[in-house]
Amino acid sequence: MSDMKLTLKVWRQAGPSAPGAFKSYPASANEHMSFLEMLDVVNEDLQEQGEEPIAFDHDCREGICGSCSLVINGSPHGPKGGVTTCQLHMRSFKNGDEIVIEPWRAKSFPVLRDLVVDRSPLDRIIAAGGFISVPTGAPPDGNAIPVAKEDSDRAMDAAACIGCGACVAACPNASAMLFTSAKVVHLSLMPQGQPERNRRVLAMVNAMDEEGFGGCTNYGECQAACPKEISVENIALMNREFLRATLHDRDGAPRVAGTM
Amino acid sequence: MHLDAKLPAGPLDAKWARHRAALRLVSPANKRKYHVIVVGSGLAGASAAASLAELGYQVSCFCFQDSPRRAHSIAAQGGINAAKNYQNDGDSAERLFTDTIKGGDFRSREANVYRLSEVSVNIIDQCVAQGVPFAREYGGMLANRSFGGAQVSRTFYARGQTGQQLLIGAYQALERQIGLGAVKMYERHEMLDLVVVDGKARGIVVRDLITGEMSSHAGDAVVLGTGGYGNVFYLSTNAKGSNVTAAFRAYKRGAGFANPCFTQIHPTCIPVSGDYQSKLTLMSESLRNDGRVWVPLKQGDTRAPGDIPEAERDYYLERKYPSYGNLAPRDISSRAAKEACDDGRGVGPGGRGVYLDFAAAIARLGEDTIRERYGNLFDMYAQITGENPYKVPMRIYPAVHYTMGGLWVDYNLMSNLPGLHVIGEANFSDHGANRLGASALMQGLADGYFVLPYTIGDYLASNKLAPVDTSHDAFRVAEAEAKAATDRFLAINGTRTVDSFHRELGQLMWEKCGMARDRAGLEEALRRIPELRAEFWSNLKVLGTSDSLNQSLEKAGRVADYMEFAELMCRDALEREESCGGHFRTEYQTADGEALRDDAHFAHVAVWGYEGPDAPPTRHREELEFEFIKLATRSYK
Ligand SMILES: Cc1cc2nc3c(=O)[nH]c(=O)nc-3n(C[C@H](O)[C@H](O)[C@H](O)COP(=O)(O)OP(=O)(O)OC[C@H]3O[C@@H](n4cnc5c(N)ncnc54)[C@H](O)[C@@H]3O)c2cc1C
Ligand code: FES
Repeated sequence: MSDMKLTLKVWRQAGPSAPGAFKSYPASANEHMSFLEMLDVVNEDLQEQGEEPIAFDHDCREGICGSCSLVINGSPHGPKGGVTTCQLHMRSFKNGDEIVIEPWRAKSFPVLRDLVVDRSPLDRIIAAGGFISVPTGAPPDGNAIPVAKEDSDRAMDAAACIGCGACVAACPNASAMLFTSAKVVHLSLMPQGQPERNRRVLAMVNAMDEEGFGGCTNYGECQAACPKEISVENIALMNREFLRATLHDRDGAPRVAGTM
Repeated sequence: MHLDAKLPAGPLDAKWARHRAALRLVSPANKRKYHVIVVGSGLAGASAAASLAELGYQVSCFCFQDSPRRAHSIAAQGGINAAKNYQNDGDSAERLFTDTIKGGDFRSREANVYRLSEVSVNIIDQCVAQGVPFAREYGGMLANRSFGGAQVSRTFYARGQTGQQLLIGAYQALERQIGLGAVKMYERHEMLDLVVVDGKARGIVVRDLITGEMSSHAGDAVVLGTGGYGNVFYLSTNAKGSNVTAAFRAYKRGAGFANPCFTQIHPTCIPVSGDYQSKLTLMSESLRNDGRVWVPLKQGDTRAPGDIPEAERDYYLERKYPSYGNLAPRDISSRAAKEACDDGRGVGPGGRGVYLDFAAAIARLGEDTIRERYGNLFDMYAQITGENPYKVPMRIYPAVHYTMGGLWVDYNLMSNLPGLHVIGEANFSDHGANRLGASALMQGLADGYFVLPYTIGDYLASNKLAPVDTSHDAFRVAEAEAKAATDRFLAINGTRTVDSFHRELGQLMWEKCGMARDRAGLEEALRRIPELRAEFWSNLKVLGTSDSLNQSLEKAGRVADYMEFAELMCRDALEREESCGGHFRTEYQTADGEALRDDAHFAHVAVWGYEGPDAPPTRHREELEFEFIKLATRSYK
């Protein structure tokens, strides 16, 4: 087990309207620790020295809840592809490294304290239309409508999104297109999602704009940062869904024969 | 304490239908006059909040995460049970009922468990309708896998992310109601007290975790869906924020706490790697469909697993439990792993591990099939350990995972405190002394979608509730107390951090009240916990202020409750002089080391009542009657 000495440069900010700045801290770690465990140890040391610990969001620590959200050396969730911050292990770093740790940076995600940001706009995008309107009751039997395995697998690929917001943090435009498209595509692939397909995409795209997220200009940084490797193909599919819905929406009837 | 379980009479399969038909209803126009407070947005809380709002009630919902979608339920991996019998392998509500009662080692209620088995089928239909992308066969039908403690294939799944997909389904239904203005959602709010007015639960006190502001919320009924308390052990598979606070504070206000010592230790988790360890990671039980558990036959065998020939391996679950093999229930599998390691045959650092080997399955099915079934779990394992489980067997060890104990509820999911309803893992209801895999998701959603929405209406329709708002004295007092308690942590100014206390408590609980318990150990724990608690209150160090985001302060509140709750658990474990399910008292075992139940004295639910800070709690009982299933010694051999 090799021990490493590191220098952290961490964004500290006392509150939403307080000014923030980087502070340097020494840290030591071994390769088996997770990145957050390394920070836990730093926090224990800080408290012993009378300094308030670094605040960061986390909960499941196994890459599924979407809470953890650190920009590490400029990359959301750090240098390793396909993992969340909590799944990043110190074996991805080496003795002597300097590690810069920042919060998600996006206009729509104001910093609340240190590394903690407000991501509630993502919930509001879902509230606008990211659902199937089926109240609890007596829907048809689960096997009444067969779903092609390919469709349900592709829907699952999109539904694997954990809503962490790394896509927004990575995007130079702070766009939420990858997040929104993952939900649009998931539900549009399921037969149960068909009745609301048009209104869903229109409402969600509209909510996304209202929340102040930027547009997509195809940088592709979102896919690279996504810990669940959600594909930018979803954005293309959403654009098609959006176009289709806009045409439908004009008078409630499909205008373009043969779209999807 | 008055404990009336309100179990309906009549044939097992007619109980729920008859009971439901007799429940009083609130008319559609009147529903909007009622305000229901739902604490928790996991499977139980989110499904309840959405369903109640759909019915027309005004709902407020609370969670401590920054979004309801992040509740701990999101982490469930393997699947959800339902007695659909899609596989034509002989499944039925009766069989699921029998498996669950037996799996729980005959310490749960027949009527509740039967209802759970009955409504399990509706859950799948509901989730499919919500667009949950369950695994499918090529013909488009839903796929199933097997889980421990069952000989049928009734577990529905969405890759290794079943909890995520089910929770997202419930969350989407909840967000829809939020968008419609029917639910007011309070994220990053922590419930610190339950407010009781004229003997009825009428509201809660919460702290806004961003601003530190305390506020009160009044309603006509309170629903707790606040999850389990596995983190009393510090290390567990639960999310870091999971806590007993909401349930424990309700207990202090008069709600009975049932079977607190019933905790589940899951057999397949990644072993501890060092003292900085902050949590343990589960490797879903579904892996035991295709993985074979073994240790070397010889003690202290340090050869690499690949160098140990077949003849020198002990596939101990297959050997000891031939009819269930690697799919023996959790309590049994965990204990067997502990025995093998205690016997000096454990593998990996410190000898605290056993192998879970996929070589045979990969040879039989090919790596691609295994990747499709468990890819994300294998990736997770590789991330954490740096080893490739396609090439070398996984190393696993048991870890605290789930708590069967919880607040006592009657058949209507209401606690002994009128108006306080408890759902999901937070209640004690359906799993007895051991929960079967894939049954927690089923229970959380059964409670939230298909039971509570009916039963809460009956409570509201049957009780004349005086109007109460937060200006009532009870709210003012509770809020002031919560504020004082919070400030108290900041004033101690000692030398030890919250985490250091939590770790020490957890270690003590793991040693004395973990996989195996005995009188001497429990008595020792009961001496040491109060000492540790005294040190906590005199030497804790929490920096910062109470009027801002202060994560150490949040933790201090939770650990303070664990410090008291741990004692209740040990007391319960001490008084239950038998072994059953996850509660294994070494004094009570059969000649071949299996749990020895004592039905004559302990076929009951132990329900603890709070008697104030200076008096021991009192132990009450709800006798369990077995009318439809014969009490028998569990056998998985
Ligand atoms: C790693 C893992 C894998 C699992 N896999 C499976 C599986 O495959 N199948 C299965 O059936 N079960 C599984 N389980 C068990 C199952 O996930 C849980 O029992 C279940 O999800 C609990 O749901 P819940 O709604 O009761 O509580 P939770 O999901 O824990 O939700 C609790 C909610 O209460 C809120 N809350 C808690 N305290 C407070 C407070 N004081 N104030 C405000 N809000 C509060 C939280 O914010 C959260 O929203 C697994 C568990 C773990 C740990
Ligand atoms: S803490 Fe849950 S995804 Fe990282």
